[in-house]
Amino acid sequence: MTPMVELRGVHKSFGSLHVLRGVDLEVGQGQVLVIVGPSGSGKSTLLRTINHLEKVDRGSVRVDGHLLGYRQVGDRLLELPEREVLRQRTQIGFVFQAFNLFPHLTVQQNVMEAPLSAQRRPRGEVEPLAERLLARVGLADKAGAYPRTLSGGQQQRVVIARALALEPKLLLFDEPTSALDPELVGEVLDVIKDLARGGTTMIVVTHEIGFAREVADTVAFMDAGRIVELGPPAQILDAPAQDRTRTFLSKVL
Amino acid sequence: MMLPDLQAPPHQDAGRPLEVVTARRPLRWLAAVVVLVLLAMAASALVTNPAWEWDIVGQYLFAPSVVRSVLLTLELTALGIGLGFALGTVLALMRISPNRLLSSVAWGYVWLFRSVPLILQLLFWYNLALLYPRLSVGVPFGPGFFDFGTMDLIGPLTAAVLGLALHQAAYAAEIVRGGLLSVDHGQREAAAALGLPPARRLFRIILPQAMRTIVPNAGNEIIGLVKGTSVVYIMALPELFYQVQVIYNRNGRVMALLLVAAIWYLILTTVLSIVQHYVERYYGRGRA
Ligand SMILES: Nc1ncnc2c1ncn2[C@@H]1O[C@H](COP(=O)(O)OP(=O)(O)OP(=O)(O)O)[C@@H](O)[C@H]1O
Ligand SMILES: [Mg+2]
Repeated sequence: MTPMVELRGVHKSFGSLHVLRGVDLEVGQGQVLVIVGPSGSGKSTLLRTINHLEKVDRGSVRVDGHLLGYRQVGDRLLELPEREVLRQRTQIGFVFQAFNLFPHLTVQQNVMEAPLSAQRRPRGEVEPLAERLLARVGLADKAGAYPRTLSGGQQQRVVIARALALEPKLLLFDEPTSALDPELVGEVLDVIKDLARGGTTMIVVTHEIGFAREVADTVAFMDAGRIVELGPPAQILDAPAQDRTRTFLSKVL
Repeated sequence: MMLPDLQAPPHQDAGRPLEVVTARRPLRWLAAVVVLVLLAMAASALVTNPAWEWDIVGQYLFAPSVVRSVLLTLELTALGIGLGFALGTVLALMRISPNRLLSSVAWGYVWLFRSVPLILQLLFWYNLALLYPRLSVGVPFGPGFFDFGTMDLIGPLTAAVLGLALHQAAYAAEIVRGGLLSVDHGQREAAAALGLPPARRLFRIILPQAMRTIVPNAGNEIIGLVKGTSVVYIMALPELFYQVQVIYNRNGRVMALLLVAAIWYLILTTVLSIVQHYVERYYGRGRA
C-alpha cells in the first residue's frame, strides 16, 4: 500500500537559515504521527511543505502517491500551475495554532466556504455537511455565531470542522492547543482523538506528551531541521536512544 | 507601629448595599454654558443681519438651475470616486505584487498624480487637443486601428471626469493598499490552505476585512471630492459652485448665493456621513 505521506531528502532554507536539513518521513494510511521537538527546530516549516504553503528547495513530497506542487519530467521537477496546487490542497486539511478563522463570516459560512468555492459543490449538499460536522465537534448550536463570540476551544473546534469540510485524505495540525487556556485544551484534544480513532491519517505537532502517548502510532523527535529519532510512543517517550531526545523530554514532561 | 490604612472597615448593615455617587464636575458645566452662549450669539448674527438675505436664499435654494448643478456635482463625485477607486484598487494590487515592474509602475503613478495639483491636471486634460490633435489606438510606434479627433472625444465633462478620477486613483491606491496590509497574514494563509481560488480569496476573504480600514478613509475622500469638484469651474462646467457664481454675477446677491451653495454642500455631506455610518457597521460585523 502506498504511504499517505512520503518525504524524501527535503531541504528548505530561508535566506541563509537552513531550516530543514534533509527530512525523510513516511506516514501510512490511517496512521497518526506526532512530531515533538524544541522551538525553531523546523516543525511548522515541515508541516507547511506538506501542503505546499512552503516550497521545498530540494527533495520531494508525495501525498497518496502524488508529487505535491510539481510534476516529474525525467529527473526534473516542474512546478504545477496554481490551479493544480489549489486542487491538491483541498485534499489536505490544515489546522493552525492561531486558528485563522474568517472573522467576518459566521461559523457556518467558515465551514461551507471551501467546499462551495474550492470544490464547487452544490449548496444543497454542503449545508447538511456543515451541520453534521458542527454537530460532530459539539457546536451544532453555534452555526450562526461569529468567531469572536466563541471561546478559544470552540474556535479551534470550528477550525477542525472547516478542515474536515473538504473531506481530506490527510489532516495536519500545527500546535492546535498551544494558544488555548489550559482548561480548554482537553475539549480540542478529544475531537482530535475521536478523528484518530475514526481512521483519519494525521500529522500532529504538539507539546502534549500525554496526548502523543495515547493517540500516536509513531512519534518523531525533531531537532535542528532533522528527524533525530522516530518510533512507537513507548520507545521514543519512555526509552529514547538519543541524548538530545532525552534532554528535550526532561524539559517538557 | 500603627498602620491605619490596613484597619478593617467598620461593619455595615448586612442588607444595605453601598450607594455609588458620581463626582460633581462644576468646570464641565461652566464650559457647557459658555459654548451655549457662543452658539446663541452665532445664530443671532446669522438670523438678524439682513445682509444674509434669507428670503433670497429660500428663493434660489431649489431653483431648477441650482438643483441641476447639484446633480452635476453629484455625478462628478460619483464618477470620480467610482472610477478612481476601481483604478486605485488595481494600482494597490499592482503595488503589493511581487512583480517588480508592476509595483514600480504603480509606485510611479501614485508619485506623479499626487505631486501635480488637481487644477493643473484638469487643464492638461482639457487642453489635450493642443498636444495630440488626434488620438489613435493601435500598436505602439506602429500602425493605428482607430483614430479620433481629440476635441470630439474629450469635451469638458470627459476632461473633468478623467482628471478627477485619475487624481483620485492615486489617493485611493494608497487607501486600498493600507487596507490590504491591515489584514492579518494568517487570513491569506488559511484561505490558501483551503484551496480557495485567488479571486475568491481576494473578494470574499481579504477585501471585506480590508474594508474596515478602507471605509473611514474613503469616506473622507468622498466628502472631500464633493467639495473638490468645485475646481472644475475653471472649465465652465455648471456644477454647484460655478452655477451660484453665474447667478450672483447676474444679480449681485453674493452672500445669499454663497449661502445657498454652503447649504447644499452641508446637505450632501450630511447624507454621505449617514451612509458611511451604516457601511462601516456592515463591514464591522463579527467584531463587537
Ligand atoms: N517565512 C520565514 N522566513 C524566515 N524565517 C523563517 C520563516 N519561517 C520560519 N522561519 C525560521 O525557521 C526556523 C524554524 O521555524 P519553525 O516555525 O518551522 O519552527 P518550529 O519548530 O515550528 O518552532 P515553534 O515550536 O516555535 O513553533 C525558525 O528559526 C524561524 O525563525
Ligand atoms: Mg511552529
